[in-house]
Amino acid sequence: MKIKIPEEREVFYRLKVGDKIFLSGTIYTARDEAHRRIADCGMRSAEFPFEIKNQVIYYTGPSPTKPGEVIGSCGPTTSARMDKWTPLLLSLGLAGMIGKGPRSSEIIDAIKKYQVVYFIAIGGAAAYYTNFIEKAEIVAYSDLGCEAIHRLEVRDFPLYVGISSDGETIF
Amino acid sequence: MRRIEREKFVETISSLCKEVNYSLPLSMIKALIKARENERDERPREVLSILIENARIAKEKCVPICQDTGFVIVFLDIGRDLRVDFDINSSVQEGVGRGYKEGYLRQSIVSSPFERKNTGDNTPAIIHINLIDGESLQITLFAKGAGSENQGGLFMLKPSDREKIEDIVVSYVKEKAPYVCPPIMVGIGIGGDMEIACLLSKKAVLRDIGRFNENLAIAQMEKNLLFKINNLGIGPGGLGGMTTALCVNIEVASCHIGSLPLAINFGCYATRYKRITI
Repeated sequence: MKIKIPEEREVFYRLKVGDKIFLSGTIYTARDEAHRRIADCGMRSAEFPFEIKNQVIYYTGPSPTKPGEVIGSCGPTTSARMDKWTPLLLSLGLAGMIGKGPRSSEIIDAIKKYQVVYFIAIGGAAAYYTNFIEKAEIVAYSDLGCEAIHRLEVRDFPLYVGISSDGETIF
Repeated sequence: MRRIEREKFVETISSLCKEVNYSLPLSMIKALIKARENERDERPREVLSILIENARIAKEKCVPICQDTGFVIVFLDIGRDLRVDFDINSSVQEGVGRGYKEGYLRQSIVSSPFERKNTGDNTPAIIHINLIDGESLQITLFAKGAGSENQGGLFMLKPSDREKIEDIVVSYVKEKAPYVCPPIMVGIGIGGDMEIACLLSKKAVLRDIGRFNENLAIAQMEKNLLFKINNLGIGPGGLGGMTTALCVNIEVASCHIGSLPLAINFGCYATRYKRITI
């Protein structure tokens, strides 16, 4: 199934665990330190580095971009490390997350509560995923290097539904 | 007495950093292809195809197999009759810095666990030196990602617990494997003291797939564990299937009458290492 985001965000509600989807549109990268800083913005009532509502975050820290390439290798990192910050981001309207590995029961409950979807990309397949990224630019926290927030334009990015909006999990 | 040039050593380390990050060991590719043939369902076969395709793209384009190009761990087996008249530590670090910069490899090392400031060149690498007979130098360079390393563990068991080892390993792998990138390599160190058990478990990850421990009883334990782990159904990518682990390798060492240390270290499907002798 092909899904465009953020336009077709409501399709997320219909997805079942294990479904394979092809995501097109804009997604944002964020991992450990970026999450810490976003949470800090929330606590200080500062402006967030991007409009979080209806967006999808990809947990990844790409390797450096070789000349002539759009982005370096760019596979998913372990999602559970972000569990601490995820409820806050979901409360701000985040629509989905892409990563690898299981999530805690608190996160499964939050996914159900906010009716979002946790997508699985295959861990380690980092060179493969660059095939589906058409554009990449850093939008915040460039001092964090690979942990900076990148805006990615993706086309038919292949993903599996790991946790559906009704709280069913593949793990 | 044979002598080794510093520049040759630095350049070898630098080249190895690039090589291990762009191409998987052949034994791993073969194991992935074999695993795909063994899988009955479409999804695990598809995941394994993605992993095989990923390795092909990385090698062809000279880009990292995984974006996490890891912590560099270098094992040096240095011949006693080899003349090494330069500082090994700084030379390894220079080679790693050069390789990671030239190879567009991700710099993932922070200088302090609290301040977490990136060192900018993926150093320091971790170095283990062992003196051996002869005048050769064997270098094993391992780029270890955090995804697999973070799931490792140490159990300080009682000697009376030894019948429980298989159960402990299987339940630990059941909990941790989905967080690594399956199919995984399971390295197990038994004996020694705390740190020796851990080191053995890491060295065990680097044993070629399909080569069992020379001790028949231990080899049998490796086979039992592989069978039990692959019956867990975690599967490639953690999305279900018959291939959760590609191998279970056990290394042992002598230990104290009152001790039974057991360490488990994981390798992801993209366990990137190379061993050369110069």
